[in-house]
Amino acid sequence: MSKVKQIPFYRDERYLSAAAQVVSGLLVVALLWWLGVNFVRAAEARNLSLSFGFLDRPAGFPISDPAIPYTTNDSFGYAFLVGVLNTLRVAVAGVVAATVLGTMVALARLSSNWLLSKIALAFIEFHRNIPLLVLLFIWYFTVFRELPAVGESIVLPGPIYLNQRGVYFTWPRLIETGWVFAAGLVLGILASIALWNILRARRELTGKKTYFVEVSIAALFVFPLVGWILSGGEPFRFDVPSLQGFNIRGGLRLTPEFAGLFVALVTYTAAFIAEVVRSGIQAVDRGQLEAARALGLSGFHMMSFVVFPQALRVIIPPMISQYLNLTKNTSLALAIGYQELFSVGKIAINQAGRAVPVFLMVMAVYLMISLITALVLNLYNRRIQFVTR
Amino acid sequence: MAETLTQQQDSYLPPPAPPGAIKWIRDNLFKGWLNTLLTLISAVGLYFAISRSLIWFFAQADWTPIINFPILFSVGQYPREELWRIGGVLSALALLLGFSWSHWGGLLRGVSLYAGAMFLVLGALPVSHPALTPSMRVFLISLPATILLAFWIGRWRFVSKRMVMALWLVYPFFSLLLIRGLAGSAVLELVSTTLWGGLLVTFVLSIGGIVICFPIGVALALGRRSKLPVVSAISTFFIETIRGVPLITLLFLFSVVLALFLPPDARLDRLLRALIAMTIFSAAYMAENVRGGLQAIPPGQEEAAKALGMNGVQITALIVLPQALRIVIPTIVGQFITLFKDTTLVYIVGVNDFLGIGRSIVNSNPAYLQAQLEVYLFIAAIYWIFSYLMSLASRRLETSLGVGKR
Amino acid sequence: MSKKHYFSFATLVLFSLILAACAPAGGATEAPADTGAEPPAATSADTGADTGEVAPQVAAQGEILQRVLDRGTLVCGVHTELPGFGYLDEAGNNLGFDIDLCRAVAAAVLGDPTATEFVPITAADRGPVLQTAEVDLVPRNMTWTAKRDAEWGNFTIVMFYDGQGFMVRADSGIQSLEDMNGAAICVTSGTTTESNLANVFADAGLEYEAVIFEETGVVYSTYDEGRCDVATSDKSQLAAVRTGLANPDDHVILDVTISKEPLTPAVPHGDDTWFDTVKIVMYALINAEELGVTQANVEEMKSSENGAIRTLLGAGDDWGYTQLGLDADALARAIAAVGNYGEIYNRYMGPDGLSFTLPRALNELWSNGGLIYAPPVR
Repeated sequence: MSKVKQIPFYRDERYLSAAAQVVSGLLVVALLWWLGVNFVRAAEARNLSLSFGFLDRPAGFPISDPAIPYTTNDSFGYAFLVGVLNTLRVAVAGVVAATVLGTMVALARLSSNWLLSKIALAFIEFHRNIPLLVLLFIWYFTVFRELPAVGESIVLPGPIYLNQRGVYFTWPRLIETGWVFAAGLVLGILASIALWNILRARRELTGKKTYFVEVSIAALFVFPLVGWILSGGEPFRFDVPSLQGFNIRGGLRLTPEFAGLFVALVTYTAAFIAEVVRSGIQAVDRGQLEAARALGLSGFHMMSFVVFPQALRVIIPPMISQYLNLTKNTSLALAIGYQELFSVGKIAINQAGRAVPVFLMVMAVYLMISLITALVLNLYNRRIQFVTR
Repeated sequence: MAETLTQQQDSYLPPPAPPGAIKWIRDNLFKGWLNTLLTLISAVGLYFAISRSLIWFFAQADWTPIINFPILFSVGQYPREELWRIGGVLSALALLLGFSWSHWGGLLRGVSLYAGAMFLVLGALPVSHPALTPSMRVFLISLPATILLAFWIGRWRFVSKRMVMALWLVYPFFSLLLIRGLAGSAVLELVSTTLWGGLLVTFVLSIGGIVICFPIGVALALGRRSKLPVVSAISTFFIETIRGVPLITLLFLFSVVLALFLPPDARLDRLLRALIAMTIFSAAYMAENVRGGLQAIPPGQEEAAKALGMNGVQITALIVLPQALRIVIPTIVGQFITLFKDTTLVYIVGVNDFLGIGRSIVNSNPAYLQAQLEVYLFIAAIYWIFSYLMSLASRRLETSLGVGKR
Repeated sequence: MSKKHYFSFATLVLFSLILAACAPAGGATEAPADTGAEPPAATSADTGADTGEVAPQVAAQGEILQRVLDRGTLVCGVHTELPGFGYLDEAGNNLGFDIDLCRAVAAAVLGDPTATEFVPITAADRGPVLQTAEVDLVPRNMTWTAKRDAEWGNFTIVMFYDGQGFMVRADSGIQSLEDMNGAAICVTSGTTTESNLANVFADAGLEYEAVIFEETGVVYSTYDEGRCDVATSDKSQLAAVRTGLANPDDHVILDVTISKEPLTPAVPHGDDTWFDTVKIVMYALINAEELGVTQANVEEMKSSENGAIRTLLGAGDDWGYTQLGLDADALARAIAAVGNYGEIYNRYMGPDGLSFTLPRALNELWSNGGLIYAPPVR
């Protein structure tokens, strides 16, 4: 009886799934095998060196605008590190600025002011529908590279100098004992966050007043203040750029290449972030707003205590992918001569004569940056989602 | 999604009986001192920006590099005596558009009319230009005529919907054959892809990429959600690796490093390699978008299908996928727009796409170097128009499919 | 020898798999990374061992020549932005000194100087395309260095002797290396000039700001716009570019040479036959000039009194290149296609050249006091 009713093996799901796995696994293994065999053969024929031993040999090529001091006598490994740091530098600064700008654009877009809202819409639609590379060329080749010569610098209040050699800002620089103040500042921020969390948790547990707001704000000020005094009164001085001879001296200098890449990345990403933020804010239930109004909350309080915390839940996941996009898009810097990971990698491939190892390193670093960013932000996301539920 | 929201809100915006323009202005521009201040600042800023731009646009800008090379921008180095093939591809497109317009109307009507009008205007431009030869004018004007003719023919019974769909399916292959030609053929001699350029390459890459990446993306998404650990692991690994690196590294991998992993005599066409890299990159993102849609389908759907006795393939193909795809249409169109814009990157690996042609024109002559801004703005405008049209189309599609309303 | 490669390959696979194993996980990264990575690495090592026995047979001589013949086209990695050496004319055709070298090889090997595919590459791509054998021949304004010879591929014979120089604006007041202290210098990435610059300035204790681009066109347009005080490269390149700048007379090329730059076409490693074939074509171009064989008189020279000429053109009895797969008419075809060395030079850089004028100087034949010298025909 049972034999008759048995499903034939070719329709049995267990067999089918096992077969599917074996077949797909074999296909992938076969493909990798084939690629591997070809590769080994090519490496053999051309006597390719695949070791990573070259990493401590002197690199011998210059890198423009290195994030850390670099000379051509430094090793390939160090040059690679400079490339990574150059990528991270523009990525981190870009993420911060794009978030700020994007949020502002989103708020303008949602504003009840018709004109402002339409300007924001134009900004968003312009940037979202053109290729980043074209935007990059516009900013670098037609704006920053075409600035006036040093002698005819554009001077903005600050003072900020704009010329062909870059953008020069007035910048606070720590003096020798300034690190004490900096340490105080960092300690203050950390202590303030810690105190806030601990005291608030205790209040929620016990119901007792813990004055967590006051204590943490006090911590935020006390530590830096102590640092200020210990450092001898004035921990930093303003480094003011000034025209001396034919060059601008002092100040914080952004090269035209950095500035072009930065501005293009920030405006482009900000348009996407604005849409993310806007849809997040709009996703907050109307009832929430009405309830907040009924409680008599002011506009600012309503935004910061009701709307934003809830909108964040919706905003964070797409925001993560925007941050990752920005980071990966830094690789377009190759086209305008800002030397980040990919372009340093390409030069290293050429100068060290090792295509495969260097290329693997470049891919690995991008993967690592992506994964770590995604991991950290996903953890944060999970926390946010949990807290607000 | 977000787009629909505004769309809906905008449609609420005008109150049923507007009490007058003055009230609208007061409410929307001068409500409170902060609002008034913002309005004034933006108005002044806008005035200067627009007036300066207009003066520049009409009086100062030098548009010669764009006016001088319309054919170069369109097809690159494609042999000029073979241009009729590109014309054939366009004519076939006009025919198909006309047929589809008469069958489906809606969005296709707009596309047909706008495209037709654009060609008509181009063909009838009252200026003399070396590229606007009499035969070129006749051709350009024939395109809207073809659309109208096809629209008219399309009403006859023998042109069925099924036939039009079949024609659309055949169309890409037909176009490719016509553009590329056949080795050893006398009529359609082979035109090496190294000669292709400009908008032609941009469209080949983006349309090719879109068509190929879609099924791969769906397969990867299903693979990642699969209960089979091996399949799921392979798909996940592939998706995450590709998504973790920039497109430019993939393009470099395929254009330079790939040769190491192939047999020595195998040599892939460079355009094809760029296409493969774009497709793979885009498929990984597509997979994640589709996966989002798959996750949104309530398990009840699958259970109900099982209860009806459907098998796994049927459930996926008939129940889950159609619903999932409908949900993610906006994201998928967004993905297509991204792919379209990302084709500009191929210029970095030496493929002459639309942007690449612009760059080579700029670099070819010091006089054109002074007109860089004009060239880039022109390029940006073309990309903008196509991307914007795509997003407009996706919004229409959303409404007609009732996304988010069911 | 081969074991080393398999081991390295296995390490690379292992490395990428570790990365891969990290990839999918959001949170639980550690555990699968370790367990997932080991076994595949082991299998790939097996792969190595298995194929190891067959590998030597497969890696036959003549791989690249063979594929050129099979394909019927010669793939050359070339410049497309450098007047004189490799550039595009109005109609988009590749032209230039380097391009003609590629055409000569195509004419000799395939019998058709147009059976070529030109792959535009940047300076930084030259190493990779040689190492991966993505192209068959790289005649692209490339300096032969001992290190590159070891790492990139086989360098054939110097076809152009050059040295690195500097171009500055005439009104800048810069006349010597010392005047450039603190200057911004535009340079192409992945070149010898990039590293020479660094070395020379470091030795002289001078500071400079390197402004580095991958595309040659961008290097000079950026210099022209004033972003850099100085542009540096091979002097021939500077001379070529200067003619294309908005106002050539506003720029001067300094009388400073900081390096020797022997520009040499190269082929990928691993195919001696192909290496020899390309070299022989290059020798033929030089010898043709020395022997007075030109594009115009190739045919009549076949019946010359001079035995060396007859041998060169394959009209004598002692043709020795058959084992390379070249037929007797091959070199005559190459000369008929592009002319002899002097004709190629003059076509682009001679007094009536297409691009600009550059005195031959070091690039005269050895018999005229230059360095251009090819082994005797016999």
